[in-house]
Amino acid sequence: MSITSLLLLALCLAFVSFIIGRQKAYAVASRNGGTRTLHSLPGHYGIMVGLWCALPALAIIIGWKLFEGPIVSSMLDSAIPEAIHAKGDKAVELYKNEINNLAASGVPSGVPSTEQDASKIGAANRLNSLRSYSAIALMILTIAVAVIGAALAYRKIKTDTEARPIVERIVHFFLVASASIAILTTVGILFSVVFEAARFFQQVSIVEFVTGTKWSPQTAIRVDQAGSSGSFGAIPLFMGTLLISAIAMVVAVPFGLMSAIYLAEYASSRTRAIVKPLLEILAGIPTVVYGFFAALTVAPMIRRLGDSIGLSVSSESALAAGTVMGIMIIPFVSSLSDDVITAVPQAMRDGSSGLGATQSETVRKVVFPAALPGIVGGILLAASRAIGETMIVVMAAGLAANLTMNPLEAVTTVTVQIVTLLTGDQEFDSAKTLAAFALGLMLFITTLVLNVIALHVVRKYREQYD
Amino acid sequence: MNDSHQEVFDNIKGTVGDVTVADPKMRLSNVNVFYGEKQAIFDVSLDIANNEVIAMIGPSGCGKSTFLRCLNRMNDTIPTCRVSGEMSLDGEDLYGPSLDTVLLRARVGMVFQKPNPFAKSIYDNVAYGPRIHGLAGNRAELDEIVIESLQKAGLYEEVKDRLEAPGTSLSGGQQQRLCIARTIAVSPEVILMDEPCSALDPIATARIEELIDELRQNYAIAIVTHSMQQAARVSQRTAYFHLGKLVEVGSTNQIFTNPAHELTENYITGRFG
Repeated sequence: MSITSLLLLALCLAFVSFIIGRQKAYAVASRNGGTRTLHSLPGHYGIMVGLWCALPALAIIIGWKLFEGPIVSSMLDSAIPEAIHAKGDKAVELYKNEINNLAASGVPSGVPSTEQDASKIGAANRLNSLRSYSAIALMILTIAVAVIGAALAYRKIKTDTEARPIVERIVHFFLVASASIAILTTVGILFSVVFEAARFFQQVSIVEFVTGTKWSPQTAIRVDQAGSSGSFGAIPLFMGTLLISAIAMVVAVPFGLMSAIYLAEYASSRTRAIVKPLLEILAGIPTVVYGFFAALTVAPMIRRLGDSIGLSVSSESALAAGTVMGIMIIPFVSSLSDDVITAVPQAMRDGSSGLGATQSETVRKVVFPAALPGIVGGILLAASRAIGETMIVVMAAGLAANLTMNPLEAVTTVTVQIVTLLTGDQEFDSAKTLAAFALGLMLFITTLVLNVIALHVVRKYREQYD
Repeated sequence: MNDSHQEVFDNIKGTVGDVTVADPKMRLSNVNVFYGEKQAIFDVSLDIANNEVIAMIGPSGCGKSTFLRCLNRMNDTIPTCRVSGEMSLDGEDLYGPSLDTVLLRARVGMVFQKPNPFAKSIYDNVAYGPRIHGLAGNRAELDEIVIESLQKAGLYEEVKDRLEAPGTSLSGGQQQRLCIARTIAVSPEVILMDEPCSALDPIATARIEELIDELRQNYAIAIVTHSMQQAARVSQRTAYFHLGKLVEVGSTNQIFTNPAHELTENYITGRFG
């Protein structure tokens, strides 16, 4: 029986126990004179029985699956010929993998051609039978545990059983567990990046990485190979990221902010109902489409424009990538700003217009200053989005790590380099590939700091009107 | 409106008492206000006199705040609101084509129900109006206007050491006096107050009421209030609104001691409302 159907079975059992438990609670209640005499509602007793049925069964399934692999594998050891054991652990691993594949793809029924094949087929058969035993054992155990759990809880249904607090505690536990999973995942990602980055910094000094101005990650693969030894100065990448993000913000902040002000202060509710979703569609366009747009439409346009006024523009200019990225994050800025502007109390606007201020004076001198902290928070969130953006720059910014602040030249960004370092067949022990993790770590820290500042600012703003 | 309301509504025929005064600051005649399809004010006429406090009282939803907001066209900010009738300030048509609402609101200031200081310093709150209307030529003049307004509002002594502190850091009563100072700073001729004390404690209320009495020397004041004691204490004339109609107008003394209309009597004796 597969794990999915086992889970479904446990769920069904839990549901059945819920019904039975609730029914017993009703029965107990009617014997004692109405549901009023029960400590908790009948539904609570039902849930209690259901959870007592499902949770132990679930724990059994998870525990079983965690330990099944190693145990089966060690039981298989006896089926591996001595000759293989003698060759060392790697050979055993390899042999086990072959058996696994054989077992998974179906053991051939014909006569084995060699003796080794025969032993492999034997081992594969043994593996298959072990697994099927394991599955049957698991199924029986799960059902048994579920039924026993439900039965124990069922017996506990009395008028004074405090089912409601039990249910509350379990609900609480589930909520905490869900939140923890999200946090643990983040921590896990962080650690995986940190450890790989640490390996990188064993090969390349952190000082060179942070202060170097030359980025050329090509390293010789073999000792005798001619080629560059690689230099890992990350400054050009961060400057490139900074340049493109700055251009993006120059585009996004004014347009986003002004559209937010228009939507929040001037637009009629009907216009708003149409324009706001339209603007938010911009956020729904896949970034790869923005990438086409940047590479195939905006970049040549900027180039022609530059040529016509006598400027030489690189065909993969920072300007093109930054402009398109700016368009992409307009909805972030406008949507967040719109929220904080709308949150400014109407009384402030009334107070201002009651003093004879025009609408634009009210917006500029009262509403905007009041909303400013929230707007700054929104802009910082948009900036961290721009810094982490990958697809547009992969398609529209260059690969050359130029250290320049000229927006008409090609620059490369941290994210672009991570992508180029990690795509294709790579071995994960060279400085070249490990550099990607170091870059990722730096990027993560940068956006994390920005987000923390932004959230802090936004929270501070919220307190003002509460 | 249910049937009994409809009956009461139909029985209010015109206004009892003299709605006009000899030398009106503002004259409003046959004012009707609609919110979309719904009519909120029915054919109300009322004069507002110089150096006088007129109190507008009546049960919730009777239209007194709506009527007050017509006087400086604050209803313009509500898109569905429509106003008809003749309204004038010193003989000048309020809804005339040549009238600038910005100038009107500088002449007819407003204090709101809930204190609404801007998210600025105390100084900047008061200086806001003078700045947008260009009333001060330099910083010294502006300082003078700000201090004088704060003094008139009776707040200066309490805040003179912290004019740069945010206006929102003041207590509720102080905030409301700050809003009054802010209104005075643009030298209005009329001050409209929409339940200015409803969010304040009794001590702060007493302070504001004293202030209203002092301000009467220089301004025409119209105040909407739910407190009949307050109306009796601060006003010289009282107007009683009911279901969007102006039921009775008279001297405060007469309204509270000898009301002519039955509805007015019911209201001030606390039989409903």
